[in-house]
Amino acid sequence: MIIAERKPIEEILAMVQDFKKILVVGCKGCVTVCNAGGVKEVGILASILRLAREKEDNPLTVDEHTLERQCDPEYIDQLDGLMSGYDAVLSMACSIGPQYIAARFPEARVFPALNTCFMGGALEHGVWAEFCQACGDCKIHLFGGLCPIARCSKSLLNGPCGGSSGGKCEIHKEVDCVWHLIVEKLMAQGKLDQLLEIRPLKDWSSSRDGGPRKIVREDLKI
Amino acid sequence: MRLQYPTNVEIIRVPCTGRVDIIHLLKALEDGADGVYVAGCEEGDCHYLTGNLKARKRVVYVQKVLEDLGVEKERVAMYNLSAAQGPRFVEIAKEFTAIVTALGPSPFKKHRAKAA
Repeated sequence: MIIAERKPIEEILAMVQDFKKILVVGCKGCVTVCNAGGVKEVGILASILRLAREKEDNPLTVDEHTLERQCDPEYIDQLDGLMSGYDAVLSMACSIGPQYIAARFPEARVFPALNTCFMGGALEHGVWAEFCQACGDCKIHLFGGLCPIARCSKSLLNGPCGGSSGGKCEIHKEVDCVWHLIVEKLMAQGKLDQLLEIRPLKDWSSSRDGGPRKIVREDLKI
Repeated sequence: MRLQYPTNVEIIRVPCTGRVDIIHLLKALEDGADGVYVAGCEEGDCHYLTGNLKARKRVVYVQKVLEDLGVEKERVAMYNLSAAQGPRFVEIAKEFTAIVTALGPSPFKKHRAKAA
């Protein structure tokens, strides 16, 4: 899922400093699962903003609302009728949310309360790591189920580089060298010879390098 | 035991301090509390195993929020004691009251104080 993180409070306060009444809109999708922008986090942010502005003797009215998701127009439509009277809207979804809200309500001042960070999963409660970079051409089966594009700092396709040491990547002592993990995994599976096959240059056109992407399912279009 | 403790302490009972969440501490400050403390069981003695540990983490979170807002983090605190320790309960109530009194009224009440 998409992993996001709330922006530092100072940054958010700066965004809303000229306003008197704002609406914070959460999302029950990915950002709820990674505890960044769900109902709870909306409540916490709203409370922090009120407290901060009370302290400055410049009170801020903060209303709270959470949508099912902010990445489908039908859900954004639910804000219709709820948006009047606000100087600004703070979206606590991944960045798709504020973009959708801004598109649907052109008059509204929309701000992102989160930084959208990466696609990944939970390692333990409260810890998430990057596992995918949406290269558009998934080949993890060739690497023992591990992704060298997302998890190798250099996205190498042909084995560890000289920076792999003690199973860790040279960029940081806490970052695993995924190639070390790939080799160990394939050794354990008795399939190390799979790595003898040299992987050709990756075709990055299916990735961001080919420009903004779009997927069309003709069978689903009404 | 009929021990006396400061009257400015408002007690909210919970079955375990694990029930206390970040928003409760923030709301208390929003509603005018000059300080909030969470009194949970001794670490290791939680009937639900980790409730009081979670409470401590949440208190630390709110202390960080206060720091970010330029407010004294001593206004929010975590204490651990056994439910049988009446005198310790009183000691904590007195201690925290003294700390908060020394810090002065909550800076989050400025506007309300003016309006009143």
